Amino acid sequence: MESIIQYLVVSMALFSIGVYGLITKRTAIRMLFSLEIISNSAVLNLIVFSRYIPDVSATGQVISIFFIAILAAEAAVGLSIILVSHRIRKDIDVLDMHEMSE
Amino acid sequence: MFIMADIAFFALTFITIATAIISLESKEIVYGAISLALFFLSLAGFYVLLDAPFVAMFQLIVYVGAVAVLIIFTVMLVKREKWIKDEVIGLRYIGAILGLTLGLTLGLILIKTNFESMIASNSTVSILDIGIKIMNDYWIVLEVLALLLAVALIGAITMAKLDQEDS
Repeated sequence: MESIIQYLVVSMALFSIGVYGLITKRTAIRMLFSLEIISNSAVLNLIVFSRYIPDVSATGQVISIFFIAILAAEAAVGLSIILVSHRIRKDIDVLDMHEMSE
Repeated sequence: MFIMADIAFFALTFITIATAIISLESKEIVYGAISLALFFLSLAGFYVLLDAPFVAMFQLIVYVGAVAVLIIFTVMLVKREKWIKDEVIGLRYIGAILGLTLGLTLGLILIKTNFESMIASNSTVSILDIGIKIMNDYWIVLEVLALLLAVALIGAITMAKLDQEDS
């Protein structure tokens, strides 16, 4: 059986890739992609620890289910913000989005 | 049987990391969106490998079924020329350096811990356990979550209507 370290390394690598994307990309939808990658690595971490710590197995899975549901809502809201921003401003470059702060 | 699990683990690792990188770096963003859907799918494979079949099914339904389709719809609705000026050149190096530093630091922390001695528990969690846990300990979280999903739905509809009035 694989050790816990292997799974944690996968989760860590995904987190790093997500942070790289979040810093590098300037279109909103790519940032949303990297956000999804980061949060999915967090869910993977939850499942890994719930597998390897016997007392909290059910709790870990329940919390990861809640987490997935919240992330789905977040993705829906983020995508609708992107669509509205595209309709109004004809652009989705996040570096030019100042309207909300003014 | 051990060898099967090992092969599955390494194949899933390869697919997961490759699709994560492709989804961020592909020139055509539609391919990126499809690659993100594959990424969600391979994570569901990880959950099956980790004895959490219910979470894997949940991931399949919510992510591969709903979120990936939503993302692909959005990508197709927004015009293609918008994606071309995707990144600032200077930020690319900063991002790569920061991501690598973060990964290496977390890796060093992982080596220092004694996680290696942890053994996988033999007891598998049945769906019955999960249901009892949700209904006994976390029912209030479930209610708040339902409220949150309703609020997200209303928010999305409100934004769509606002858009129609403006244009």
